[in-house]
Amino acid sequence: MKLKARHIPILATMLVFILLYAAASFYFPYFFTLRVFVNLFIDNAFLGVVAVGMTFAVLSGGIDLSVGSVVACTGIVMSKLITQYGFNSLAVIAFVLLLGTAFGSVMGFFIACYDLPPFIVTLAGMFFARGASQIISLESIPLKSPLLNRVADFGIPLSDRVDFPFIAIVLVAAVAVGTFIAQCTKFGRNVYAIGGSEQSALMMGLPVRRTKIGIYALSGFFATLGGVIYTLYTFSGYSLSGIGLELDAIASVVIGGTLLSGGVGYLPGTLLGVLIQGVIQTFISFDGTLNSWWTKIIIGALLFVFILLQTWISKARAFRKS
Amino acid sequence: MDYLLEALGIGISFPGVRALGRVDFRLRRGEIHALMGQNGAGKSTLLKILSGVYRPYEGRVLLRGQETRASSPTEAQRAGISTVHQELNLIPTLSVAENLFLGIQPLRAMRQIDWKKIHKEAEKVLSRLNLKIDVSEQLNSYSVAVQQLVAIARALLFSADVLILDEPTSSLDKEEVSNLFSVMRGLKADGLGIVFVTHFLDQMYEISDRATVLRNGELVGEFEVAKLSRIDLITAMVGEEVSARRAEEKFERRRVAASEPTPLLEVREATRFGAVAPFDLSFNRGEVLGFAGLLGSGRSEAARLIFGVDGLDRGEVRMDGHVIKLSSPHDAIAAGMGFCPEDRKTEGIIGALSVRENIILALQANRGIFNRLSRAEQENIAERFISSLSIKTPNGEQAVRNLSGGNQQKVIIARWLASNLRLLILDEPTRGIDVAAKTEIQKLILTLADEGLAVLFISSELDEVTRCCQRVAVWRDRRKIGELSGDDARVENIMETIARGREESGGENI
Repeated sequence: MKLKARHIPILATMLVFILLYAAASFYFPYFFTLRVFVNLFIDNAFLGVVAVGMTFAVLSGGIDLSVGSVVACTGIVMSKLITQYGFNSLAVIAFVLLLGTAFGSVMGFFIACYDLPPFIVTLAGMFFARGASQIISLESIPLKSPLLNRVADFGIPLSDRVDFPFIAIVLVAAVAVGTFIAQCTKFGRNVYAIGGSEQSALMMGLPVRRTKIGIYALSGFFATLGGVIYTLYTFSGYSLSGIGLELDAIASVVIGGTLLSGGVGYLPGTLLGVLIQGVIQTFISFDGTLNSWWTKIIIGALLFVFILLQTWISKARAFRKS
Repeated sequence: MDYLLEALGIGISFPGVRALGRVDFRLRRGEIHALMGQNGAGKSTLLKILSGVYRPYEGRVLLRGQETRASSPTEAQRAGISTVHQELNLIPTLSVAENLFLGIQPLRAMRQIDWKKIHKEAEKVLSRLNLKIDVSEQLNSYSVAVQQLVAIARALLFSADVLILDEPTSSLDKEEVSNLFSVMRGLKADGLGIVFVTHFLDQMYEISDRATVLRNGELVGEFEVAKLSRIDLITAMVGEEVSARRAEEKFERRRVAASEPTPLLEVREATRFGAVAPFDLSFNRGEVLGFAGLLGSGRSEAARLIFGVDGLDRGEVRMDGHVIKLSSPHDAIAAGMGFCPEDRKTEGIIGALSVRENIILALQANRGIFNRLSRAEQENIAERFISSLSIKTPNGEQAVRNLSGGNQQKVIIARWLASNLRLLILDEPTRGIDVAAKTEIQKLILTLADEGLAVLFISSELDEVTRCCQRVAVWRDRRKIGELSGDDARVENIMETIARGREESGGENI
């Protein structure tokens, strides 16, 4: 298969990931071990799962700002129901996933049926979910569930000492399912079509409204799943967790090669975008002398470079055509 | 006679406008039927009714003898009426194959899209249109002509019986048009009925079997193209006793204005590196100066320099003999210049604003924010121009985007006239508007010049340039290569100048 213009961003992302990883391994030989690699997946599992949902929103030309608050709210509700009320852990997880999906659908309904900008609707959703979690509890609630302890401890052994744990498996599964939905289902292709040109999608007879509601439902689902993962990672729920997470997720999506204007991108790229952020963070903690906020600066620079790259590609295409 | 598609007594009204009244339209199998009329005649309204966009309407639409009441483009498409709009309704960022099958993808197990089948079928349907391209490539990497064929192919996938092509040739070159025509002939031979809308009379004659002419929302008649003379067609479309051709003849060759001691505006050695080679020009009061040249010859670039859109790298501009500073359009407007850009939809008008607001825009900008025109003054000014330029609009409060192309153009001209205008620059003012509106704009330009305005008229249509202008500057390869005036400014001479190339040596390279 020959190289196509739409593959350039994801190839660039892959290249950046490999270069960063190689550079880090050069400075710290321990970086190039299975454990560090697996840790990338563990430490960023919740971000990755959230970013899968975000990718759909961005692909359609929209955005979902509520995901960070949804993660916090999920943690609070989960911990409260399990630890304080003693509900069955699995039933609670099913319940919060349903709740999160419904929450996303309601936002999607407003976006699709009243033609409101996703930015505003999900901003409102963000405040709502954050407020709700703070009403439920201002204190951090520990998660006490023997069943979930065992689930979190489960892992696929990769070597004598390194396991690929449950939350990392969820991340990989989320990316796989997301990729399948995006590439192989009518719904997924309609998302791309809406992002490419909503007007045309409408004129082509595609179910634009239904798809838009589905997009935010899906984003709500993955945000809640990310919240479940985050709760399993920290074993507590706290109303102030996940602040700014929506921005990290958007950054992952864009660094992963998805056009902010919508219509172009690949889901696996988002995973790479997440891992790139992970590599930078791990490198800085390895170094020990650097301030951890350097991560943000480097991510900022990368974002800038990627947006320039995208503009350049679309300009080059327009030029070639004329 | 069995008709494939029969629309009887169609009428529709919009607030304040009777857009269409008692129109009949009959389409047979295996025919290409042109729908002709000026802008605002009701062509697109009729198309939108046929393709299910507008509802409700008066009258009946019969498809294969059965009454159809499609309430959306999708329903009409499923019933067998497919429309390919001028702005192609495809997704530029997806592959060709996917654009063909969006929404109707063949599925495999687990509701999974069968990509292999899509690619195979895509190649098959495109080969029916003699198109052999890589269907996995993104749609916007292909030319408009190819994208158009893809849109037609998509219509065929919906087993269309009726194919409506709305201005399909407006952005195609000659070869692409003839390719499209051979595709249309092929589909006609397969028994499709094709509705063809175009502004180009030659193309209508080349491809159509019948033509239905609309005027002012009413049916003028259905004609067999072979028996329809051009003059009759134009008369049917324009409807005045004076047909367009005779109206054109009325323009007498205008005399060259006696050259004044100081021209209104004088450009000396104006240069912009990489865009325009040094050129001299002078503009006189009451004179129409034309810019002739092919696309990309530097005409528009030169106009942008004069209007201050792009800065001068070298040279100077004098107004009434004094050098003026032109670092932005604002300076040019302050000096009394007005500019009607080529792409009026994106650069000239503000569609959502009313006719009145569009007209007073520049005037208000000149006066500044603290010196607001009163509503009564605004209405006064708008009324004056609506009547003096005969802008066709129900009233000054109509949103400009609802006006036809020619009338939008007049609104832009009115805007400049409303402020203290001395030089009006018109870049392709008649593009995309119909014959009668063209004639009207041309007349308007001459009237304005008679009133003492200096006009710079840029057009790709040479006969239009020679008809309106006393002097013509000829451009080629981003260089002014000559100036013709008076009786020398004839189409043959201009073409000869362009063909011969550089007449006067510019000396420097850009």
